[in-house]
Amino acid sequence: MKPKIPAQAGTFESSDVIVLIEPLPDKAGRKIEISSSVMQQFGESFTKIVIDLLDQFEMTDIHLIAKDKGALEPTIKARLETAIKRSLDLQEGTLKQ
Amino acid sequence: MLNSLGREIPEYMEGIGKLEPFQGALTKLSKGWMDEPTIPAPNKAYLPHQSKLCKTLEEAIIRSNPHNGMTVSFHHHLRNGDILLVQTLTILHNMGIRDITLASSSLNECHDPILPYLKDQTVTKIFSSGIRSELGRAIALGVLDTPVVIHSHGGRVRCIHTGKIQIDLAVIPASAADCEGNATGSHGKSAFGSIGYAVIDARYAKQVIVVTDNLVDFPCIPLSISQNFIDHVVLVDSIGDASKIATGTTRITNSPMDLRIAKLAADVIEHSGFFVPGFAFQVGAGGASLAVAKFIREKMKKKSLKGSFMLGGITSYCVDMLNEGLFETIFDVQSFDAVVSNSLLNNRHHIEIPAALYANPFNCGCITNKIDVVVLGALEIDVDFNVNVITGSEGKIRGASGGHSDTASGAKLTVVVCPSFRGRIPIIKKRVHTIVTPGETVHVLVTERGICVNPAFPELENNLRMAGLNIKEIHDLEIEVDKITGIPAPLEYTDKIVGLVEYRDGTIIDVIHQLKEKEIKI
Repeated sequence: MKPKIPAQAGTFESSDVIVLIEPLPDKAGRKIEISSSVMQQFGESFTKIVIDLLDQFEMTDIHLIAKDKGALEPTIKARLETAIKRSLDLQEGTLKQ
Repeated sequence: MLNSLGREIPEYMEGIGKLEPFQGALTKLSKGWMDEPTIPAPNKAYLPHQSKLCKTLEEAIIRSNPHNGMTVSFHHHLRNGDILLVQTLTILHNMGIRDITLASSSLNECHDPILPYLKDQTVTKIFSSGIRSELGRAIALGVLDTPVVIHSHGGRVRCIHTGKIQIDLAVIPASAADCEGNATGSHGKSAFGSIGYAVIDARYAKQVIVVTDNLVDFPCIPLSISQNFIDHVVLVDSIGDASKIATGTTRITNSPMDLRIAKLAADVIEHSGFFVPGFAFQVGAGGASLAVAKFIREKMKKKSLKGSFMLGGITSYCVDMLNEGLFETIFDVQSFDAVVSNSLLNNRHHIEIPAALYANPFNCGCITNKIDVVVLGALEIDVDFNVNVITGSEGKIRGASGGHSDTASGAKLTVVVCPSFRGRIPIIKKRVHTIVTPGETVHVLVTERGICVNPAFPELENNLRMAGLNIKEIHDLEIEVDKITGIPAPLEYTDKIVGLVEYRDGTIIDVIHQLKEKEIKI
């Protein structure tokens, strides 16, 4: 699936992660940027979580930016899923501008 | 060779000398005497009415016989507002002086501008109780060939007495001084309170410069530093950024996590058996640690219990407790806010003490030996209760030994307070990255998820269990927390040693290896 709209989830707070998604042109594939305060210790597992979730939602032509300040794994998954669903316009309860 | 905590310590270190491995917190002291000789302090000569005043810091430095390979010392009472350390090293650098040993009682973020001087070998050795920020990062990554030596506040005094640190030039900022060099930090626009760490520098340095932005009529009272040790006096516009030196009062944290930990720690103290009339108490100025004082204050009032003295880094909170009559005396080696300076100046029960009296292990008794209860923080703690307060979870040097090991060794009850994890990094480890304070001197760990008692103190554990506190085995808590955070990938290091951590008695308790930063593929 392709993102329909730009979307975000999460915050810049400590122990949270902010996830930003924007659509890319057709056949652009995935562009992923990850930065984390615990990159040295959890960078690889973080990257794996991101890729697994993108695979699960079969996402492509997507630009994803995740800025992490030491979020726990359930938090990371929840923020990612919310951002993906928002970008697909599937998330219920999201306030529309 | 291995020290008694199982850490590999080299027998000899180029640029430092022979190393002695740590063998236990009191092993060396229990002999009753020290084999290390005391080096003599310099004799000096001065003529009657000769002027010590110099127009600029540069002039004073030129008069102080600057030379290659010299050792320059500073105190860190101006905390993150200090500007004179950077200025001094810049002057020496511009004069072409090289191979300097920097012996500051601590280093802060404000000292990051000296990093280029480490790279171009203006500075080649460092002794300090703490290193942080960009300097800590660069040193961990190996910018210096000779390892830095991390000492405690008490250990620094010992280093100077025994000649491990031989100071050629001490630059002592003071918020008030007179033309002869009598100086204090307790008044003036840049007041910082106690000047306790600099007293030993004044006594032992071959040349001493007092720098002030407040030259008062002779004599400057109180004589925290006295003129008989001072070679030169300089009046400058500013000794530092007053807003970062000491402002207002220190506030108790609002963080619910810190408050919860602090409340549990206060419960531990109350039921430990050491919360008795006349008890002596020390808390740090950091989040949870200072907040413990808030709850102890309430408990003391409720029970009408009066203590003996408070020690250490002093905050306005300690001053309030003194003024309320909860404690008889404050011994102040370092003051954390502006209110403290006023109290130090005006209350004779608020006593300024030098670092030697505070914590030097090589004398007839420092005041840390009289502590009943101390509350300390931790960057990491391991299942043997060893505490790391110097290297961060990312392997960089980002903390300070300070008085941590000094007070822990002296106290009847050492309480370590910290959250069980910080930003996904578990704080309880199988093995801490760097040991600063040995587990044998730590009695209790208090986290938001439970209290762990060092098994070496079964009576204490019994007291706390009887009081119904939530006691957990430290191995169990470690596993519980790992399950929440996941297990962090280990960091990678080289064989190069970039730091030596001295225990307060001068033995080496641990070494810091050069960090390799991994490339994380995305």
